[in-house]
Amino acid sequence: MSATSVAAAEQYDYEIIKKFSVMAIVWAVVGMFAGVYIASELAWPWLNFDSPYLSFGRFRPVHTGAVIFGFGGSALFATSYYVVQRTCQTRLFAPGLATFTFWGWQAVIVLAALSYVTGFSQGREYAEMEWPIDLLILVVWVAYMAVFIGTLMQRKQPHIYVANWFYLSFILVTALLHTFNNIAVPVNLFSLKSYSLFSGAQDAMTQWWYGHNAVGFFLTAAFLGMMYYFVPKHAGRPVYSYRLSIVHFWALSFMYMWVGTHHLHWTALPDWASTLGATFSIMLLLPSWGGMINGIMTLSGAWDKLRTDPIMRFMIVALSFYGMSTFEGPLMSLKDVNALSHYTDWTVGHVHSGALGWVAMIAFGSLYHMIPKLWNTQIFSVKLINAHFWLATIGTLLYITAMWISGISQGLMWRAFDDFGNLQYSFVESVAAMHPFYAMRAIGGMFFLTGMLLMAYNVFATIRQGVRDAELAGVRTTVATA
Amino acid sequence: MDWFAHPENTKPLGLLIFFVTFCLIVLWVYGSRKRSEKLEEHKNIPFLDDEDEVKDKSNG
Repeated sequence: MSATSVAAAEQYDYEIIKKFSVMAIVWAVVGMFAGVYIASELAWPWLNFDSPYLSFGRFRPVHTGAVIFGFGGSALFATSYYVVQRTCQTRLFAPGLATFTFWGWQAVIVLAALSYVTGFSQGREYAEMEWPIDLLILVVWVAYMAVFIGTLMQRKQPHIYVANWFYLSFILVTALLHTFNNIAVPVNLFSLKSYSLFSGAQDAMTQWWYGHNAVGFFLTAAFLGMMYYFVPKHAGRPVYSYRLSIVHFWALSFMYMWVGTHHLHWTALPDWASTLGATFSIMLLLPSWGGMINGIMTLSGAWDKLRTDPIMRFMIVALSFYGMSTFEGPLMSLKDVNALSHYTDWTVGHVHSGALGWVAMIAFGSLYHMIPKLWNTQIFSVKLINAHFWLATIGTLLYITAMWISGISQGLMWRAFDDFGNLQYSFVESVAAMHPFYAMRAIGGMFFLTGMLLMAYNVFATIRQGVRDAELAGVRTTVATA
Repeated sequence: MDWFAHPENTKPLGLLIFFVTFCLIVLWVYGSRKRSEKLEEHKNIPFLDDEDEVKDKSNG
């Protein structure tokens, strides 16, 4: 191992990053297993075992919580602490506070999962945690913000690299979203139940202002921060255009906040509000594709890396899925398309083309790049990364294809009329027609989960190798000095 | 002050402020060749702390 890598390990605070990286892998396995299980329940309902604890309604937030906040959140904590230190050339501000963010965040994920399984939920999408957990999130998040901003303030590099802008906007906006979406009055101090401050259409609008901006800033802006550091770094080439990355950042920041209402077309929401959401959704296509092109063109002149390097392949395929899902999103926000797609599996497929194709794959690529550096070793098996890549890609394609077919079929069946003006199909007929696609979706998920298990083993073996190398180096130093 | 209390006034005003600000940012980023060159130099920051990594300034 090179002397500079050892120096980097001493120069920066890697312990907290190692903890978050390991937990990102753990939560990915747990969350994806829960996802495969609930997908299987929809295909083969006997898997409910007539138990409320295993029912789809309780397990679904366990899945979303574990993959978004457990896997995605831990990966973001890990990479943001890594990127901010390395691009500012300074150590983390307040390492004790950073350790608190680790234990606090893990407590949030565990408590949330336990509360869902035992039947406690606010019923707000991606924000099902009851009020005491919401308060814990708030404290952890303020600590995270203090560590991140404190590190930026003690930087040795005068310019703040653009990846940190994306991370910072994610931290600030998530604080804003979480606070306003969860303003609620508890029934009493010793009850987990609470009532939202908002009601009716205003409550729906608040929930989707939160919901879509969680997608926009937690699952997009933050992972773009990851992309703007790890794609250039792994390719060994600087980002294609730094100026484009600045415009990408500001355009996303100005436009994303307005689009949440496209989730509420054809509802009690005022028509102008949902039209506004659709208009901004269409405009978002430009910065999204600008960012995608900026990321992919970073490889300009070194396309051969796509053939030889599976980590690079993860990153570039992630960017391609980012482009695809940011084209599909504006399309689905059009009112006429939404009239067909809303409440169907098409939406579920769209979410997963972003979540599996973009978020998970860019995180996999970044973690594969970062983990060997943290433990000062080489990756255990490149072949396993290659196998993981193909399993993840096939799994994602199976999933989204199944959901396109079932979603469009559902939409068409629900709006079909017979010659007498009655609905042509009963709801249960549409459910029965979906069965093959639900099975196909579950199989797609199994592919993705199998790839994840390979990654977990590969990472475990890499860490073990790194620890052994460090122990051997320690023994050699002792012998040499003796 | 009464004028600001009406959303039909403040909404277009907000739109105007945000739109003009965004246009100014784009102008600032692309408006000057000298500034463009300076901004593009920042793309090498991820490589500054790693002497063993390949440096390549051919992009952009």
